[in-house]
Amino acid sequence: MLVPKHEVLSKEEAEELLKILGIGKEQLPKIKADDPIVKEIGAKPGDIVKITRKSLTAGDSVFYRLVV
Amino acid sequence: MVPKRISAIKFEVLSPQEIRRMSVVKIITPETYDDDGFPIDGGLMDTRLGVIDPGLRCKTCGGKAGECPGHFGHVELAAPVIHVGYAKMIARLLNGTCSECGRILLKDERKDKFIAEIERRRELNQSYEDVVKEVFRLTKAAKKCPHCGAEQVEVKFDKPTFFYLGEHRLTPKDVREWLEKIPDDDLPAFGINPKATRPEWFVLTVLPVPPVTVRPSIILETGQRSEDDLTHKLVDIIRINQRFMENKEAGAPQQILEDLWELLQYHVTTYIDNEVSGIPPARHRSGRPLKTLAQRLKGKEGRFRGSLSGKRVNFSARTVISPDPCLSINEVGVPMEIAQELTVPIYVTPQNIEIAREFVLRSEHPKANYIVRPDGRRIRVIESNKEELAEKLEPGWIVERQLMDEDIVLFNRQPSLHRMSIMAHYVRVLPYKTFRLNPAVCPPYNADFDGDEMNLHVPQSLEAQAEAKILMAVQEHILSPRFGGPIIGGIHDHISGLYLLTRGEKKFTREEAMELLRSLDISEIPVKDEYTGKEIFSFILPDITLEFKAEICQGCEECKGAECEYDAYVIIENGKLLKGTIDEKAVGAFKGIIIDEIARKYGKERAKKFIDDMTQLAIRIISKLGFTVGIDDEDIPPEAAEQIEEVLKEAENEVNRLIEAYRRGDLEPMPGRSIEETLEMRIMQVLGRARDRAGKIAQRHLGMENAAVIMAVSGARGSMLNLTQMAACIGQQSVRGERISRGYTYTNRTLSHFKPGDLGAEARGFVRSSYKKGLSPVEFFFHAAGGREGLVDTAVRTSQSGYLQRRMINALQDLKVEYDGTVREQTSGALVQFRYGEDGVDPMRSFRGKPVDVKRIIREIVGEVKK
Ligand SMILES: [Mg+2]
Ligand SMILES: [Zn+2]
Ligand SMILES: [Zn+2]
Ligand SMILES: [Zn+2]
Repeated sequence: MLVPKHEVLSKEEAEELLKILGIGKEQLPKIKADDPIVKEIGAKPGDIVKITRKSLTAGDSVFYRLVV
Repeated sequence: MVPKRISAIKFEVLSPQEIRRMSVVKIITPETYDDDGFPIDGGLMDTRLGVIDPGLRCKTCGGKAGECPGHFGHVELAAPVIHVGYAKMIARLLNGTCSECGRILLKDERKDKFIAEIERRRELNQSYEDVVKEVFRLTKAAKKCPHCGAEQVEVKFDKPTFFYLGEHRLTPKDVREWLEKIPDDDLPAFGINPKATRPEWFVLTVLPVPPVTVRPSIILETGQRSEDDLTHKLVDIIRINQRFMENKEAGAPQQILEDLWELLQYHVTTYIDNEVSGIPPARHRSGRPLKTLAQRLKGKEGRFRGSLSGKRVNFSARTVISPDPCLSINEVGVPMEIAQELTVPIYVTPQNIEIAREFVLRSEHPKANYIVRPDGRRIRVIESNKEELAEKLEPGWIVERQLMDEDIVLFNRQPSLHRMSIMAHYVRVLPYKTFRLNPAVCPPYNADFDGDEMNLHVPQSLEAQAEAKILMAVQEHILSPRFGGPIIGGIHDHISGLYLLTRGEKKFTREEAMELLRSLDISEIPVKDEYTGKEIFSFILPDITLEFKAEICQGCEECKGAECEYDAYVIIENGKLLKGTIDEKAVGAFKGIIIDEIARKYGKERAKKFIDDMTQLAIRIISKLGFTVGIDDEDIPPEAAEQIEEVLKEAENEVNRLIEAYRRGDLEPMPGRSIEETLEMRIMQVLGRARDRAGKIAQRHLGMENAAVIMAVSGARGSMLNLTQMAACIGQQSVRGERISRGYTYTNRTLSHFKPGDLGAEARGFVRSSYKKGLSPVEFFFHAAGGREGLVDTAVRTSQSGYLQRRMINALQDLKVEYDGTVREQTSGALVQFRYGEDGVDPMRSFRGKPVDVKRIIREIVGEVKK
């Protein structure tokens, strides 16, 4: 796999995440809606995608992006 | 009082109404002072604009000089002029809108789409510049107005402030009228908020006049008044403005009016920016270009970089640095002269009033320089008033006493590239004129003593002093966040000294041992007749257990561990050095495994003490045993020189054989290389090997007792390559990683000493001489060519990395690791990382970049079990 795992968060998961971080959606890092991986997993603008990357230092590292 | 907080700052363009509204006086005359030296009403120094002369009062707010903040005035311009700063925007707008109806040159649907996109991006805190750019690109290309159908001609922008519609020159008045026609609804597509800014305001009809406090005049020694550059420029503007008005009223010919208008434009342009291309800068009578508004802000010395990001500070000192191994690493030697000038405030309380009083009464070094009364008055303490002041002293006053031993100060060396470039030291007031520091702290500052200067700052508040002691003290920085290892440690003689002490089984008598340890606070040593160097070193070690290969390890095929014949395998058990030699790997800055272990096991304080003891001990050893390098240390016996000669001759023959093979076409190309490349690589290989062999021969004859060899193998200074070049052979010189081949291109040779096309070793920059022996003229030439590349490289690299550093700092300065482990941008709260560095590890607390040192933990636990 050349592209790390991307998955769309459900509404509840998204809300939970924002609550834990104590931020609004717009403060998340962004990813373009026309990014191939975003189209692939069918995420729409406003969705949050969870990205799980292999990291040299941390094993699995989790990252989130807001689709715009 | 409720403290007021700024919640937001918005940048908008001032409208003419607003300029008039905030103005306290309309300036009507270019005169400044009357014959008696009083400011003229309605002039540029009108006292309603504020006052700078002591004694006068501001007519607007009634404040004296220093109290009055100053107030804006305004000038009514007789004719509109273009604001240079907005000229480019005006050009874009003129090209983006219809010359007839003033509408945007886009169909409404498309315009609305762009506006929606800009709005969406603005909500998401994203840049919408590229959208606006696209709008300007599309509208400029439009040939016909989609609203009224008028044909569009491109408006030519002639820098800095002129516009042409075809052949016809647009006056600022024409431009302003055109911009007035652009409807509010079209503006958002250009990135302009019509509620804040109307485009016609880019053309000035009223000019704000800054308060006199912004442009104070100075009195020269001759008693003459000298006005600020801005005042000069404003005088010019008002003078031309008046001339224009008079001429217009008198009905002067159009040509004269136009010339005056252009002159007015010139003065307003240079008043705003005196460095615009296309027009000559306005000059002072002396010929010096005037410093106008833009020049005050721009550049390194400008308001932003010079006065806000960085400024000159009080309570600081700068002088040359020199080494003092007798100081602790967290001390700094301060010259008496500096200590007498710098002060530390004592906030007088009932508890310390007697101490403060004593300082006021003293007449020698740690004495009070100033006292500050609660009303802010500063009084210099001198012999004649000290008794009176000591008498009056009471809680609430501040006594500024001279810097003395044990004060905390910040010490800094530029360039401040990492946080270890500023560390807190404790003061030791010393004679002479240089700052003194322990050479072990040279690596974090990247300092040496060839004339380096450093800065010192005295924290003034108790909070700042506490922060300095707790966060910035030198021992807090022994472990570097750069690589998770010690950055402070032994250098040069420290390493040579400990190497000499611990190598082999050197014996010292009891007297010698006590002499070596004298300056350390070791109260007793076991009674013995003789001590080995390893035992003496063990006296400064805390209880640690370590095993590692020393720097001098030869990298034997199979490491014999404790039985290593080079004494290169270090074994420390319970604070006793049993085997091995102490060198760079053990105590050096960057590598020092022992320092690392002590800092982790016993903390920074103990690590500091170890470095102090270790450096002291090393210096004493090296002074006692003696250690020196001279030119004859690189002498090699004649038979060694012969062997080297033979090796080099053989290599040159091999090179010639390769060249012959190449000429015959017999050379087998290496995979993926041309024959020429193959030849070059083979030649470089042969010559490189030859130099290495020459170096080995020289090393064999120099022996392990040679001081330069000791320094090279222990890691104290220099390398075996340096030694090879000094004693045996300098080797191939290169430019851009290749043998030197440029020179007389048309005959394909480097110098006229060679035959055309000569590819031999000598003709392409191989230097067979050693530095000791000296270079032949041809060799010297090639050496200079190779050396220059190195110089250019470093010069280019430092300037580039400096600029990169600046941009990195600007980009990263607002990022902070929050308590939940996320990295956030401070102003917008935007998330940058969900876990700092993906793994959440503080690099300073890491073990050489890794989160945990598993080996150490296991050893620690197993060790405990063994006991
Ligand atoms: Mg230097
Ligand atoms: Zn005032
Ligand atoms: Zn039109
Ligand atoms: Zn070995």
